[in-house]
Amino acid sequence: MASVSGEVTSVLQPASRNARLARRRSRIMREKAIELVLFLAALVSVLTTIGIVYILIKESVIFFEEVPLWDFLTDTQWTPLFTDAHYGIMVLLSGTFTSSLVALAIAIPLGTIIAIYLSEFAPFSIRETAKPFLELLGGVPTIIYGYFALLFVTPLLQWFYPALPGFNLLSAGIVMGIMIIPYVASLSEDAMRAVPMSLREGSYAMGATRFQTATRVVVPAAISGIGSAYILGISRAVGETMILAVAGGMQPNLTFNPLEPAATITAYIVQVALGDLPHGSIGYQTIFAAGLTLMLFTLACNIAGHVLRKSFREAY
Amino acid sequence: MAYARDLTAIRGLIASHKRWDRVFAVCGLLALMLGVLTFTALFVDMAIDGFPRLSWDFLTSFPSRKPAQAGILSAWVGTAMVMLVTAFVAVPLGVAAGVYLEEYAPKNWVTDIIEINITNLAGVPSIVYGLLALGLFVYQFGLGHSVLAAGLTLALLILPVVIVATREAIRSIPQGIREGAYALGGTQWQVCSDHIIPYSMPGILTGVIIGMARAIGETAPIITIGALTFIAFLPAPPVMAQAPFVNFEWLFSGFTVMPIQMFNWTSRPEAAFLQNAAAAGFVLVLMTLAMNGLAIYLRYRIRRNIKW
Repeated sequence: MASVSGEVTSVLQPASRNARLARRRSRIMREKAIELVLFLAALVSVLTTIGIVYILIKESVIFFEEVPLWDFLTDTQWTPLFTDAHYGIMVLLSGTFTSSLVALAIAIPLGTIIAIYLSEFAPFSIRETAKPFLELLGGVPTIIYGYFALLFVTPLLQWFYPALPGFNLLSAGIVMGIMIIPYVASLSEDAMRAVPMSLREGSYAMGATRFQTATRVVVPAAISGIGSAYILGISRAVGETMILAVAGGMQPNLTFNPLEPAATITAYIVQVALGDLPHGSIGYQTIFAAGLTLMLFTLACNIAGHVLRKSFREAY
Repeated sequence: MAYARDLTAIRGLIASHKRWDRVFAVCGLLALMLGVLTFTALFVDMAIDGFPRLSWDFLTSFPSRKPAQAGILSAWVGTAMVMLVTAFVAVPLGVAAGVYLEEYAPKNWVTDIIEINITNLAGVPSIVYGLLALGLFVYQFGLGHSVLAAGLTLALLILPVVIVATREAIRSIPQGIREGAYALGGTQWQVCSDHIIPYSMPGILTGVIIGMARAIGETAPIITIGALTFIAFLPAPPVMAQAPFVNFEWLFSGFTVMPIQMFNWTSRPEAAFLQNAAAAGFVLVLMTLAMNGLAIYLRYRIRRNIKW
């Protein structure tokens, strides 16, 4: 480059030394500016969180001025759009709780078994094909799962149990569980793979079988990672929307029976958003209060998972 | 005598323990097969239901009150436009944030907050992003129920995916590359723009594709910002024949997207609309499968080709 030889010859001349210094200063300035731009890009994620918290709290404050917090937590009816309005979040929470329970009853056992199998038992070829496949399963849009729950799983269940209503939490929960399996399985498997080989070798040297090694050595050693995988599964189930909006029915119903239709927090938000509620009405504010509840719950899950990963981790 | 009896007892014990091994291996395989089976059932069910409706007309017609004439033209055009906005926003922001966190960030509490925050955002339910967009983009910023609002929402949603992919790709570049570039007098940005970013491009691309595949299927946040479900027009085309050639009117246009169109048809009682839903779902699954498949293939290629 021409500038390089120019710089070399100009070292002795004060005028061009100044030019060189100026060039260097501008280069440093440019570097600083770029660093600032990159930092601002990284800050967008923080701004997103602040934005979420700000919007949810701002609209919820207006809501809680009309509805006392105590009523919100204890009322057993959720009829915000009726003239006799009741705002008992318990009703929506019961739907969320029940469907999540069904989903976790499917996802946790199956996810754990798949994780143990893939990490400790499966031959290389099966593992290499199964992992991408699980990833594909996790990438299917949830609206597709909703369609599948409503038009395939529900008729299938009705074949066994004819009294099942067309909308119910059971089929939505089952399909949701299947949707969550890949998350639970792949995170648990990562945790088990991180357990050092020497622990397994020690166990095998004592004469333990694969199954004994897996359940008594590998799983306990990876328990913090597995636990945080479960918690992530819970937070997925609680936040899942479309499957429940399509297959769970949207009428608020205080029930813990998965055979009944019920609305969850997420399904309620969708229902309100589909109708044309005027901006600023109390009905409009309810979805933010419901969203705040949801956000607090998943935040608690995330923090619990984080703590579990950090503080119960076995360090090797 | 007693010795031989002990031996058979021990052998029995070993055999029974080994039996558990086999039982579990079968269980694991069955559990895996259940996933495969579900996926096949889902795919085949939708293909059978939707196949009669899949035709060229279906792709080039607007939605209609008559199920036999309805199509997904406005839906896939809307999806394409929203994805364009999402990619334009999420990719530069995500890559810049990833580069900052890996190459620039000092070890202090600000960095810690950003990192914890990104982990946290990845766990926020998508519908909460919808509420953010409803309050902020639609009403506070006055963007209305537009392509721009939806694209920005989905961009924020997939930002953590892009950032994490970028960071992982950057982390796999050996330190020697950086040291070599610095030794030749490169500035930090020169090292990043000439070496770090190009070398981590395949990894970043994989992450971007996975993020976009997720964004294509996201329904809840877009419903929340109030996207119309019955759209029988197309947004203004982004490219024009005469100067200034580009047109940004489409950003503020009303729109619908594939998953919303499918949701709309799924919630109708008539069987004919359910058929349409199945056909739309089939197209949607093909799109996401193709994208995810491409990402998995890319990752496989990277893992095989790169030897530092």
